[in-house]
Amino acid sequence: MITKDKQNTLIWLGLVISTIVPFLFPNHITLLTYIWVMIILALTWDMLGGQTGYTSFGNILFLGVGMYVCAVVQRDMFSSGLGRFERVSEVVVNLNVSEYFISLAVGTLSGAIVAVVLAVILGSGILGMRGHYFAICTLGLGHAAAEIASGIDYIGAGSGMVTPLYPSELLIGKEAFYYYAFLLVAVATFFLFRKIYQSQFGLALNAIRDNENKAESMGIHTTQYKIAGWSISAFFLAIAGAGIGNVIGFIDPVEIAFSGPTFGVWMIVMAILGGKGTIWGPVLGAVILYSAKETFWTYLLGWDKVALGLLILIVVVYFPKGILGYFKDRKQLSNSILSQKGEE
Amino acid sequence: MITYIKILIDSPEFLAQLIINGLLVGAIFALIAYGLALIWGVMDIINFAQGEMVIFGGYITYTLFYQFGIHPILTIPIVAVLLFVFGLFIYKTVIYRLLGEKDIFITILATFGLAILMQQLMQAIFGPDVVTANPELGMQFLFDGALIISNIQLVSFIIAVFVAIVLFVVMKYSRLGQTIRATAQNPRAARILGINIDRVYANTFAINAALCGIGGSLVVMIWTIHPFIGLVYTFRSFFIVILAGLGNFMGIIFTGMGISAFENVTGFIIGAEFQAAVIFCLLVIILITRSIRARKKRQYIH
Repeated sequence: MITKDKQNTLIWLGLVISTIVPFLFPNHITLLTYIWVMIILALTWDMLGGQTGYTSFGNILFLGVGMYVCAVVQRDMFSSGLGRFERVSEVVVNLNVSEYFISLAVGTLSGAIVAVVLAVILGSGILGMRGHYFAICTLGLGHAAAEIASGIDYIGAGSGMVTPLYPSELLIGKEAFYYYAFLLVAVATFFLFRKIYQSQFGLALNAIRDNENKAESMGIHTTQYKIAGWSISAFFLAIAGAGIGNVIGFIDPVEIAFSGPTFGVWMIVMAILGGKGTIWGPVLGAVILYSAKETFWTYLLGWDKVALGLLILIVVVYFPKGILGYFKDRKQLSNSILSQKGEE
Repeated sequence: MITYIKILIDSPEFLAQLIINGLLVGAIFALIAYGLALIWGVMDIINFAQGEMVIFGGYITYTLFYQFGIHPILTIPIVAVLLFVFGLFIYKTVIYRLLGEKDIFITILATFGLAILMQQLMQAIFGPDVVTANPELGMQFLFDGALIISNIQLVSFIIAVFVAIVLFVVMKYSRLGQTIRATAQNPRAARILGINIDRVYANTFAINAALCGIGGSLVVMIWTIHPFIGLVYTFRSFFIVILAGLGNFMGIIFTGMGISAFENVTGFIIGAEFQAAVIFCLLVIILITRSIRARKKRQYIH
């Protein structure tokens, strides 16, 4: 087992490398940015999916909500609203430097707050259910949100929205800015989640996973813990969503914001691949899956998504504990064999 | 929205039209939902790939119609047999390994992965386009043209009812049906009495797949399909099963028809683009009210 000191050294080493990396590969900054995005997605999914054992298929909802709220704030904060005959999907707002960053900050924060409020409201209804019913309810969330968003004219309906242009007179480029922004958010998420899992709150979450009835009879208000966990996930997911919208520069309700087949599935696959219910598993899964996807999946020529489906099936059926869980099991097995030999 | 309600009040024959259309195609949804209820009740597995199996059946009908020139209605038995075999294959490769799994989310995730895999495979094989296999049977004009019913809806209703009757007889009187029902009641006791549980499970899952396939070929004749529309059928079947209950055969049929009629009317009132969202929101509202009611008795739904 890696000791705590060694682990911390590794983390610091990793952070130093990730700070330098954009200078080494200036052409691949967007790619590297997405790795941090994926880490956030996987970590937030794991809060409920891994620690509590509640497989949520609807977390993509918060991503899209954060994206849309931030984009709307950015559009409307410093401009006098829409012209009468303008089409929302074609409006491009030009902001100066201070306006851009103020509206981005306010938008991200309000997106996160809206997502948390939504998580509390939806969660108090849905998280009271267990098992199949919970899964069914969450599966439709993202889908319904996409349909509803494609029907609202204020946010561009089916043709989507354009996020403001990044001010060109700045020293630091758009890619580099969002790389460091996501790096910061991902690291903050990681450390906060690690702190949470080590606290009493984390123990309560794990108690729910192991035996919810027992946890309840021990005096843990399980539904409230689940809602709190989901809200924390929603907060960081919405922040990630606000960033993704600005990185891509264009928001489409079905293809980007509430995109079940891409972000929605990836976050689940990454967490399970790495090992759900651990803090390092989602990080590992995100890095492995996304690098694999970017390096060789393009050679699969349109069969890459088939490969994703096959991967999720194989991982779930044959390695439900993921990479970390697999090695942990092997280690325990070899330890028990060693100790048996010692007794002889 | 209010103008649409007014239209419905002013012209009751139009309302009747919507409801009758809904009732006719509702039988197909009931068929799909019954398959879901069957595996849920017998194996305690819920199949998130239900809708994808429906679409798969639809694509087989489409291919047989356009590539081999077989009339769509005649493809139904072929689709049923093919999907039965497909169901057996899926059972042997995936579902079999999930039985007895304590963590139900593993089974949910596995069928979810299966759904993604099937979506993507269908897109890779059949392309992302919207397809249909309408046999062009013409219309039926009733009451001097006040009611228009397309013949294909009528035919598909008759086929769905026929399949339901066959299913009812099989479940009630055949040896297979008896073993399935016995296993649903008590798998351990059934095994002690010499029933091969594994074969029962395999057959149940395959019957479900065949039902989905039949539903799919009827769907592709009436409407259009594309690789990613399966989720809507998955929801509908969940909705019907949750409202009607697991073991209730007649309940599922009537709920299926009722929901479909309701869906048509609300779809007209608030716009067809929200139709799928309405089904989902209703499902959530019903589950939440049930959950609240259960909480008052210090229970939970699971």
